[in-house]
Amino acid sequence: MNDLSHFKTPLKQTPFHARTATANLLNNWGAWAGYTTSLCYGDEAMEHTAIRNAASIYDLCPMVKYRITGPDAGAYLNRLTVRNAAHLKVGSVHYTVWCDDAGKVLDDGTLFRHGAEDYLLCCQERHLPWLLDSAIGYSVQVREVTDQIAALSLQGPCSATVLANAGLDVSTLKPFRMASFAFNDAELTISRTGFTGDLGYELWTTPDQALALWDALMAAGAFCGIRPIGTNALNLARIEAGFIITNMDFIPADQAVREDRVRSPFDLALEWMIDWDKGHFTGRRALMAERDNGSQWALVGLDIDGNVSAEGSLIYHNKRTEVGHITAASWSPSTKRNIAIAQIKRPYHKGDNLWVEIYALRELQYVKLMLRVVPSERPFFAPPRRRATPPDPF
Amino acid sequence: MPSYDAIIIGAGTNGLACAARLAASGRKVLVLEAGATAGGGANTVEFAPGFRVSGLAHLYQRLDPRVAVGMKLDLAQAANLATTALSASGDHLTIQGASLSGGPDGAAYLALHKRLTAFAGVLAPFRGLTPPRIAKGVGNEYLRLAKLGLGLRMLGKEEFREFLRMILINVADVLDDDLTDDRLKGALAFDATLGAWLGPRSPNSLILLLNRLSMGASLCIPKGGMGLVATAMERAVTSAGVDLRLNADVARIIVDGDRAVGVTLASGENLRAETVISAINPRTTFQNLVGPQHLDAGFFKRTHHIRSRGGAAKLHLALKGTPDFRGANLKSRLVIAPSIRVVEDSFNAVKYGEVPKTPVLEAVLPSAYDADFAPNGCHSLSAIVQFAPHDPKVGRDAARAQMLENTLAVLETHAPGIRALIQHAELLMPYDIEARCGMVGGNWHHGELAVEQMLFLRPLPEAAQYATPIPGLWLAGAGNHPGGGITGAAGWNAAERIIKEGSI
Repeated sequence: MNDLSHFKTPLKQTPFHARTATANLLNNWGAWAGYTTSLCYGDEAMEHTAIRNAASIYDLCPMVKYRITGPDAGAYLNRLTVRNAAHLKVGSVHYTVWCDDAGKVLDDGTLFRHGAEDYLLCCQERHLPWLLDSAIGYSVQVREVTDQIAALSLQGPCSATVLANAGLDVSTLKPFRMASFAFNDAELTISRTGFTGDLGYELWTTPDQALALWDALMAAGAFCGIRPIGTNALNLARIEAGFIITNMDFIPADQAVREDRVRSPFDLALEWMIDWDKGHFTGRRALMAERDNGSQWALVGLDIDGNVSAEGSLIYHNKRTEVGHITAASWSPSTKRNIAIAQIKRPYHKGDNLWVEIYALRELQYVKLMLRVVPSERPFFAPPRRRATPPDPF
Repeated sequence: MPSYDAIIIGAGTNGLACAARLAASGRKVLVLEAGATAGGGANTVEFAPGFRVSGLAHLYQRLDPRVAVGMKLDLAQAANLATTALSASGDHLTIQGASLSGGPDGAAYLALHKRLTAFAGVLAPFRGLTPPRIAKGVGNEYLRLAKLGLGLRMLGKEEFREFLRMILINVADVLDDDLTDDRLKGALAFDATLGAWLGPRSPNSLILLLNRLSMGASLCIPKGGMGLVATAMERAVTSAGVDLRLNADVARIIVDGDRAVGVTLASGENLRAETVISAINPRTTFQNLVGPQHLDAGFFKRTHHIRSRGGAAKLHLALKGTPDFRGANLKSRLVIAPSIRVVEDSFNAVKYGEVPKTPVLEAVLPSAYDADFAPNGCHSLSAIVQFAPHDPKVGRDAARAQMLENTLAVLETHAPGIRALIQHAELLMPYDIEARCGMVGGNWHHGELAVEQMLFLRPLPEAAQYATPIPGLWLAGAGNHPGGGITGAAGWNAAERIIKEGSI
């Protein structure tokens, strides 16, 4: 008999739940991919400060993970994704996207190559049907392993020192590389990756080691005031880093209901990763046509006057013609700027005479602001320490 | 090595028709055929010493007129065959075009036939068109489409309304509305579902009867069997300068720089051409000859969804005497389909992978037209028997034996003593037909002909205008519009499209 009580726990708990629940002073939880996760533990500003000035840990378990193995794994991923997965070196990671036949983005994610025939694909949304459909004709196995891996993100300028204190020497680990360590007689993989645009690492182990790993990092980071961070603080950091999130900055093509909502890699400023020479991949012919004929949308970073977040606001040309919308925005403590990520119709994305209409809620009353916006380079915040190898001691 | 403008894979009637049209336009064409003879579904075989039949298709309505004229084919044939709807009691009906002899439905049949023939006549020009697509800049033939639409409207207000009411209806309802004679209704229900994987009560079955009517009113048997059609077409293309290579099994289509540039034979030989045209099964083309690495994942997945279940078996009997179908004219098409119900019941069985207890069939005796087809005093009988499971639950050999037994029992009922005349019997189940002719699932249309797989949906929207997602690779087989039958229409249409698009 199947267990029919699943409806009583619509959200799962991650392997770190015993620790995150204790630390979550505000009891502030949000759902993420079927798990309950902390949005904020106590003080969002302090959590963001920990990312930028000390060290932070973030429970990454709900991130959807697929293990792709088999002799055709490289060829399969080359057909699935737009980047060249066969050229990805064992022990390396790259950021990638994959598209449907029409060249519209289904999701973005990070691809970890653990072995010649062994990859891990991490992403925001679930895609098993598409991944299995794409596997027809290839000698590969695709399995979802989300609940078989406990993952913590350790981010901040002190993160390498925290790991050193915990007996884990990552001084030679370059960005987008990973290495294996022994931890409590179990295998711990550490990759120099993250979602903050800062110095940072992601730690991957089995769920039974989760609490020991949390405790070890908290102890090793006590010197700098390490603290767990919630999704709100991470979101602020990722906007500063200029990163996009599926279903926040774009709708995946397989979920879009309205036919004009789908976006191509060109629309999302991700065309730089397309490898046109690796052979065919899903969506290639449609993207070739788009490359030749032009795209409709552009994803740009914006700098906005004032300090009121422009989240969800519409963008106008000459204060009159609606030409786009803000997908993510915040006052950035790190750069002391009012920043945003936006989708803007071409050719308005070049930014001449652009305005954003913000409805600012001031004591239960909306005030309409029409503020000047200027395109800005992404990332908004990019400290050299994020790439320094070995990392500077803090 | 000679270089070609086009390589055509498959020397079936469509491959040959396509080759002829391209050669006539001045292009240098090579046709590669895996088998030892050209013709595909059009062939004549000796299935027992001295006994010959058409090996798969045994009747046809006519070649597409463009093919017949363009290839200067003037085939000797017995035309305008009557259909005898056999009755086990000997009380047969004879149907010839609009006229019916026997039974109470003469006037009603005449009226129904007139209406359906008018509908079919309006739809017939569709067969010679590249299917239109609902998109901009896809080369729709708007002038011809407008004429088609006008033709429909010219049916008149009443008939146009009837057309709209009936176009997607099932054939059983139409027959029950207008006719009373079970023998007649059974024979027409049989005609509608011949070669299909649906029963007379399945949705949209009437359109298959309209399609059949639109292919031509005259049922013909070529002298020398269907092999005559094949050899005549073969002679026509070779005299037009087309190179035809038999026993040339294509293993891969070479895709280079996202363009089809040639083929690799099973022998390892590479042949190159500007354009590669596959006149074989579309599923086989994409899955076996191209492969997933050159196609988008969604498209490749959907090539698995091209439904291609065959429900027709082929029976060949070597008879050491003249069978007596209770006085029926042996120079007619003999149909055993006593009622709609029997046709439907025989389809019901195959839905569940079972062999029907009383299959329905059409039989012809080629030896009745041409003494060469059987030794003196003997006869060969060729029958299409429906419905035969393409994936039987009991296993292939057991199903074949069961199907043969049930079929012979039906024949014995209608022609007492026929079993005692049998010297040799051969029954080709759908899977045997697949093995012999490469038709996926044994479906002789290379993909079921049904509304949801017609026109711009045939075989898939991205490949319905004969072009495929891979530049330089085209389709020209029965798996594309307008489907199978010995007509050459799909191949001719494909060639016209290729010429119009100026790809070579």
